[in-house]
Amino acid sequence: MALANERLDHLKTVKLDRRLRKLFPDEPPKGIPTVPVRLAILSSSTVDHLLPSLRVGALRHGIWLGTQLGDYGQYAQELQDPAAAIHQYRPTCVLFAFDARHMLRGIDVTAGADEAEAWLEATVADLARHWQLGRQQFDCKVIQQTILPVFPTLFGNNEQRLPGSAAALLSRLNQRLRASADAHGIELLAIDEQATQDGLQTWYDPALWHRGKQEVHPNATPVYGDMLGRLLAAYQGRSRKCLVLDLDNTLWGGVIGDDGLTGILIGNGNSVGEAFIEFQSYARALSRRGIILAVCSKNDEKNALEPFEKHPEMVLKRNDIACFVANWSDKASNIREIAQRLNIGLDSLVFVDDNPFEREIVRRELPMVAVPEIPEDPALYSRVVAAAGYFEGVHLTAEDRERTAQYQATLQRNSLAATVTDLPSYLRSLEMRMVWTRFDTIGLQRIVQLVNKTNQFNLTTRRTTTEEVEHIIADPRSLSLQMRLIDRFGDNGIISIIAGSLAGGGGIGADLGGPQAGPGDIVLHTWLMSCRVLGRGVEQAALDLVIAEGKRLQARRLIGVYKPTPKNDMTRRLYAELGFAALEPEGDIERWVLQLDGAEPKPTSIQIIEG
Amino acid sequence: MTEADIKTKLTAIFRDVFDDDSIVLRDDMTADDIPEWDSMSHVTLVVATEQTFGIKFRTAEIEEMHDVGDFVRLIGAKVEGKAA
Repeated sequence: MALANERLDHLKTVKLDRRLRKLFPDEPPKGIPTVPVRLAILSSSTVDHLLPSLRVGALRHGIWLGTQLGDYGQYAQELQDPAAAIHQYRPTCVLFAFDARHMLRGIDVTAGADEAEAWLEATVADLARHWQLGRQQFDCKVIQQTILPVFPTLFGNNEQRLPGSAAALLSRLNQRLRASADAHGIELLAIDEQATQDGLQTWYDPALWHRGKQEVHPNATPVYGDMLGRLLAAYQGRSRKCLVLDLDNTLWGGVIGDDGLTGILIGNGNSVGEAFIEFQSYARALSRRGIILAVCSKNDEKNALEPFEKHPEMVLKRNDIACFVANWSDKASNIREIAQRLNIGLDSLVFVDDNPFEREIVRRELPMVAVPEIPEDPALYSRVVAAAGYFEGVHLTAEDRERTAQYQATLQRNSLAATVTDLPSYLRSLEMRMVWTRFDTIGLQRIVQLVNKTNQFNLTTRRTTTEEVEHIIADPRSLSLQMRLIDRFGDNGIISIIAGSLAGGGGIGADLGGPQAGPGDIVLHTWLMSCRVLGRGVEQAALDLVIAEGKRLQARRLIGVYKPTPKNDMTRRLYAELGFAALEPEGDIERWVLQLDGAEPKPTSIQIIEG
Repeated sequence: MTEADIKTKLTAIFRDVFDDDSIVLRDDMTADDIPEWDSMSHVTLVVATEQTFGIKFRTAEIEEMHDVGDFVRLIGAKVEGKAA
């Protein structure tokens, strides 16, 4: 399961398969909640090299796979001969894997339109006979691999005008297979489509065909195995059912709480906004084919809902979202909540978030949730999510549906067992370092920008100017801190700004201290933080710095100020949580006090470094 | 890349492909010396080698390879050709 996000190459797959078979030679490992699959492969050329990838691919989708290979080209006899090895094996699934040359036997380029048509009819009917034979003999699932389009064109763009062309015939055959598969209730393994997407040269190397009759390139076998794994998992109702989406920088560009309805990037006139529109359209299309959509966002719910209700460019509307969770709790807990509310297993969820911190905590706490490693460019979101094949669909019989429901019930019980997020150990694993300096000219522009745009985690929402910050830089009696947070995902940049002035000296912002502030008090007129780093102990680490700075300035007390706005409700309890005592409020302004004498730093998972 | 460099990398590939860390390559070594060296693992070997060295063998070149010495020389020539 830990392999969910790594692409394995052929050799790594072979090695992994070898380990697995050494560890579990006879029986699958305990605790796999799915039914093992016994797969017989009937082929017309070399497919031995596919087997490790098939087994590993299936296991990556939660299925333990056994394999049995028929003799090349003997599939017709083997299906009918009760003494053949395949009958001893009693497969629960049969995969027909035929190469292009085998399919095209009995017809050549001289064929006219009528002959080509007759050949197509006969070939499709012949395949269908084998499918039925397989089903009759073993009462099993049948999968037909589509045919790789390995032949060059003879005519060019309008190849269809040459009825006997190998390329044209294969293309038409693959089309007919689709209709026939649906009519007979079997599944296709559409490697023709996949090869078109990946480029034929990654799937097929003529040299390997001539050398060992290997039609599928070894490097393509992991993808082949993954595709089969998806199908097998889908059979057992193990496809993902719900897409859980973050909001800021996942569904739109920017931060709704800070940038506001008119500031976020979504829609026309901007290439980034267009990219988010396209990702929303993809999510909406998924919802129309039955995938449940949910939202999991660190935001005030009111802010989070606003674009869905008011922004004209939003493709997704509030009623497209089955479960909408926006608050400031950790995302692992919120995702558990979503699964519970929707009454589906955690292993039905796919979680898409642009923030590596959130992806990692969900992977760590809820390894059964699929968390794709999405690229930074939103233009690529849909492709990455689609390529992972989480939402593979199959046609299900009524019986299958019942079975699926039974699995779901068991899985749900299993997955709800662990319900406490182990945040402290996760935070320790992040190797966080907070590098701080007092305000300086290097940081000047960034400080002004942050102070003037941060709306949510901002205690006073007091704005500033370049001149004022220059004044603070020059004033040795003022308290100022800019903090940068670095963790093992990288540098988060400046994430928190705090500034204070001694009361009574006419310092900047000191008036916010009100009548209760007196000589020896430092009034914290500015305290803000990026919401991206919420829940990581940054506030406590910052307070430790403020205490140290306060003592250095020989102050007696710290006066914290909370001035409510429509957007900063999340900070209302900050000073209480940091151990400040409440003072008498003045109108809607709340003030809090901390004695510096005896105030000691509290342990956090953050290493503090002076920069 | 020296012949010794090539041999070091190739040894690692052989050990990976045949799952045997005791393999030590000799120039006159052939498929007869390693029991698991069959036609299928041969393809794996060739593909892994192509990937590791960033080269591509021609069908005829693979046909003409008789022992490990041939293999090393061929890789050497290809890598050099690529650098030139």
